Amino acid sequence: MKAQRLGAWIAVILGASYFVIPLIGTIEFSLRMRRGEYSLDAYESVFSDIQFRETFGYSMLMALLTIVFGMLLVVPTAYWVRLRLPQMRPVVEFITLLPLVIPAIVIVFGYLRMYNSSSYLPLTGSTTGTNILLVFSYITLSLPYMYRAVDTAMRAIDVRTLTEAAESLGARWTTIMFKCIFPNVMSGVLSGAFITLAIVMGEFTFAALLNRPAFGPYLQLVGANKAYEPSALAVIAFSITWLSMGLLNLVSRFGKAAPAKA
Amino acid sequence: MSTVSTPMVRSAPLINRDRVIDWLGIAPFIIFSLLFLIIPTLYLVAGAFLTPEGDFTLKNIGDLFTPSIMSAYSISIRVSVASALGGALIGFFLAWAVVLGGLPASVRSTLLTFSGVASNFAGVPLAFAFLATLGRTGLVTIFLREWFGFNLYGTGFNLLSFLGLTITYMYFQIPLMVLILTPALDGMKKEWREASQILGATNRQYWTMVALPILWPSLLGTTLLLFANAFGAIATAFALTGSSLNIVPILLYAQIRGDVLHNANLGYAIALGMIVITGVSNVLYLMLRMRAERWQK
Repeated sequence: MKAQRLGAWIAVILGASYFVIPLIGTIEFSLRMRRGEYSLDAYESVFSDIQFRETFGYSMLMALLTIVFGMLLVVPTAYWVRLRLPQMRPVVEFITLLPLVIPAIVIVFGYLRMYNSSSYLPLTGSTTGTNILLVFSYITLSLPYMYRAVDTAMRAIDVRTLTEAAESLGARWTTIMFKCIFPNVMSGVLSGAFITLAIVMGEFTFAALLNRPAFGPYLQLVGANKAYEPSALAVIAFSITWLSMGLLNLVSRFGKAAPAKA
Repeated sequence: MSTVSTPMVRSAPLINRDRVIDWLGIAPFIIFSLLFLIIPTLYLVAGAFLTPEGDFTLKNIGDLFTPSIMSAYSISIRVSVASALGGALIGFFLAWAVVLGGLPASVRSTLLTFSGVASNFAGVPLAFAFLATLGRTGLVTIFLREWFGFNLYGTGFNLLSFLGLTITYMYFQIPLMVLILTPALDGMKKEWREASQILGATNRQYWTMVALPILWPSLLGTTLLLFANAFGAIATAFALTGSSLNIVPILLYAQIRGDVLHNANLGYAIALGMIVITGVSNVLYLMLRMRAERWQK
């Protein structure tokens, strides 16, 4: 047993160093901009770059739109499948898993062919159209995470009883949706939202091929042209991921603390 | 499968009004996924079998077997296999260590939280992190040179290569393996070990004759998932190597951007090849997962 515990510690320490050393390397590198001493010059350079602020803001906005419209699509669907169409459950679940199977670059390739300016639905013909397409592509990309998060949260509540109770009190379906269902699956909505935020903020493929000024392509551009700023940006990007995942953990723990009756 | 079907018995007219409303309820979702997921994919699949004029052909598929495209597939597959195997092996030991190694519970929760973060830390920033660590002036490179007099780049190592890309991909592969395998190891019942010990099995016999036969569908399935995960990834490789390492997603990216193959339908065929490879590994993963769940009742 002792040898086993020793082996376990060795495995964890080796694994942890695989995770941690690149982070230390990145942080150290990002501080190296001034010759001979550590400084925050790289961060200053990043934050004073107007493109940084613009692309960051743009991606933030895209993430918010993705979360709002994605949830408006996913929550009613998950609700309806549980309530009225349980036989469709495998189909819907299968569809939500497809974005994990079909590589993003293939999906965007399809978009570019289907929605180009000479098609029936020329979304890529205008800036607004392309922005809409980008939001839709991000909804597609985060579908597996959003759907699963919401569906798990919905498992914990009794959808049918809630609905019948609301209906017997004369609630319309909008009231049922937004005053009964949404508040009850908030933990799922929030965890889905945070993982979506983490995915969308650094996303590169869709934004680059749709030519949108998002944070991902900006990162790539800086990486190709500058020396120390990329590390600073990587530290910032990692903090965003860390923050989203931390909040996600917090939310799911909070969700577990107050379990509704199944 | 927890929902009970609606207990509504009524004489069914030809078109049941409730039925229609039932289906209308998921219409937005179905229309959305058709428009932005399924039809775009099918469009490419169909295009792979068409000439630019719209006639049926197998020439695009045949053209995939030219050396430049085959070498792209080959290097993509090798990087994905290597990073999946490496990730699976290290991930397995980590999952084993936190589940069965007798470590404090805090180590387990820390590792799982960290894995959740690291498995999502991919894309362009990951490439930056490894450039800052193992690049020519990276922390580890300099550390090895100044403390041990070991010139990493003198050994022919290059981060912008097969090996470098594999090491970088393992950064998100290992945590993914840990996340998926930990529940599988949790599902190993104590009774199995006790029963085998009572019957006089050694630790080695327990692992080879009890644990691994139960675990192998999970292990193999997850490895396949890791493979597909690496195969479709592009941002990390793009930021790391530019277009110097010719993997399939980068080839397709260049094709979408500038028709480098001078044949749009050949691009569709490359996309089809990617779908087939990730599709097959995912289907196998699902089958193996079903098999693995036999023991987790």
